[in-house]
Amino acid sequence: MTTLIEAPPSDADGLLPSKKKSSGGGLGSYILVRFFLIIPTIFILVTLVFFLMRVIGDPITAAQGGRLPPEALAQRIHEAGYDRPILVQYFEYVGQLATGNFGTTITDRRPVVEMVMTFGVATLELAINALIVALLVGIPLGLIAAYKRDKAPDAFLRFFAILCYATPVFFAGLLMKLTFSVWLGWLPVAGRASTRTELAMGSLAAPTGIYWLDALRSGNMAAYGDVAAHSVLPAVTLGLLTAGVFLRLVRTNVIGTLGKDYVEAGRSRGVSNFRLVTKHAYKPALIPIITVMGLQIALLLGGAVLTESTFEWKGLGYQLVQYLNARDFVAVQGIVVFLAVIVAVTNFIVDVVAALIDPRVRY
Amino acid sequence: MNATTVSGRKQPLIYRLPVISHFRTSVGLQRGMLVTGLVLSALFLLTAVFAPLIAPYGYAQLSDAAGTFPAQQPPSPAHIWGTTVSGYDVFSRVIWGAQTAAVVIIVAVAMSIFLGVALGLISGYFGGWLDRMLVVIADAIYAFPSLLLAIVMSIVISHGQSSFWGGIVACSISISVVFVPQYFRVIRAETIRLKAEPYVESAKVVGASSIRIMGRHIFKNATRTLPLIFTLNASEAILTLAGLGFLGFGIEPSSAAEWGYDLNKAIADASSGIWWTGIYPGTAIVLTVLGLTLVGESMNDLNDPRLRGRKKAGSKKAPAGPVPTAGAQAATEAESSSS
Repeated sequence: MTTLIEAPPSDADGLLPSKKKSSGGGLGSYILVRFFLIIPTIFILVTLVFFLMRVIGDPITAAQGGRLPPEALAQRIHEAGYDRPILVQYFEYVGQLATGNFGTTITDRRPVVEMVMTFGVATLELAINALIVALLVGIPLGLIAAYKRDKAPDAFLRFFAILCYATPVFFAGLLMKLTFSVWLGWLPVAGRASTRTELAMGSLAAPTGIYWLDALRSGNMAAYGDVAAHSVLPAVTLGLLTAGVFLRLVRTNVIGTLGKDYVEAGRSRGVSNFRLVTKHAYKPALIPIITVMGLQIALLLGGAVLTESTFEWKGLGYQLVQYLNARDFVAVQGIVVFLAVIVAVTNFIVDVVAALIDPRVRY
Repeated sequence: MNATTVSGRKQPLIYRLPVISHFRTSVGLQRGMLVTGLVLSALFLLTAVFAPLIAPYGYAQLSDAAGTFPAQQPPSPAHIWGTTVSGYDVFSRVIWGAQTAAVVIIVAVAMSIFLGVALGLISGYFGGWLDRMLVVIADAIYAFPSLLLAIVMSIVISHGQSSFWGGIVACSISISVVFVPQYFRVIRAETIRLKAEPYVESAKVVGASSIRIMGRHIFKNATRTLPLIFTLNASEAILTLAGLGFLGFGIEPSSAAEWGYDLNKAIADASSGIWWTGIYPGTAIVLTVLGLTLVGESMNDLNDPRLRGRKKAGSKKAPAGPVPTAGAQAATEAESSSS
């Protein structure tokens, strides 16, 4: 142990290996390095999830143990290859993933990729709606809080932000349901659209699964209104969770840039406070916001799982819970891996966008 | 306080403790936030400790001397917050739920601090391939939706377990898997910074072992930020626990009261206008998380000089104004105690 002390101090200066590689080149090589960094991230998560899910036994026994006679069970396990050594299964699984094959679900025998695509669009729609709500609420309120720093509006808005964070999405959803659906009767209780609209959209030539688009294409204004009414509560519920984060982020960063010399210079030239916040301090404050927005995708997806269960929004999260309860671990593994890929790719895009905006990021 | 045991330049130990020192440097609005947070957190802890005395019924009690509890009954003198669809008393379950939440927080955060600090120290101090590997793994886990990870972990661990401690340990481990990378990152960064300090160099020269250097010289200095992360993670732990319970991967209702589980059952009630089964456990979560977050937030702001509220320039010179503001009071207290 003591010999390790002699390790040269330059070896661990806190930099990731990636940064060393990227230090030489320009934007192109930076993007390339970032792109290749996705692979170990996904690989680690796939490995982790695979072995964790196998610790508890093979998926077929988990899903159908007790329901099938032992011989039939053993037969199915053998057919699926779950009686082979786990390392063999692991390498086979990784090989399948590399070719885009996620396996077949056990309970309803659907290809996982097809299942993920079908329900993924619903989750995508929810996430985009929520992100729009979050940006519309979070950024203006954050600017106001920074502008009125340490005054009553700031105190109120910061409290609001903490409240947004402190309220679990399913409780926020419950309150919204009670208020707007049950007591006021303005909005539907659950689901993505009413049955009649779903039927009307199902008869379209090639439904995208994104209800906004499908309703527009059907040209039926009633269907469009129905879809819009159904998406309000889930979007606001999930959006507020993220809005609180954006509010705090915008406030802190704008306050930070307001202390910079060039803002001071602007102030000395007689630029109004309002203009200083909206024109001078706002844009430089955007860079950290974009970076954190990327990290929010993980929060957003986690929140989506809960929101979908609250509002019976039939997306990936809702489906994940169904498969979990049916103990269909092939499907669960597929969804989890898919979400991991989404998160990794989003982080990559965010890194690239941040580098495009701010040349300092790419050294 | 113990002025004799403390060297002259240092303030008494009690004033250097995290929360107390923060309280003393706070002014105005920030002090208000901190105090609100502390009151809510204290309320939560007291409820957790005295749950058996406060709650009129047990968390899994379905009947008493007067007979079986009616299901979904609105608030009444016998059940002040009503009953759930299974016939549990809502008030009792909310009170007992505080106990479950408190135990899970303590176990989960203690586990993740222990693992995260140990790995962070080792990784940051020794560096090399182990460090690189741990960083990549921690980053991968950190970027992943924490709730999903907790779900996977709880499937793995609580496979059939439903006892009070079994459920609690399963939940705690699921939650701590999410937190370990956070502690790891913070401690590792601090360790790398501290490793270059002259006093670590001199300890090496004197011949201190790696364990001693890590344990005595680096650990103490690297853990300054821990109280802050602790409070923020405690609130996140409650939300994760509730999320797990809401999705049906928490603790069985017969072995402990858990707010998330109760809210799961309440979603179906909401559609038929039954509000009391959801509002109370939900509000309990919000207030607890709010309290812990307010404490953590104010500590964060007070640690950062840029965000700390400033004392009025005049108040230090003239503390005895006619109507001393909260800021002036703080300044006066700080002056009188430091002398």
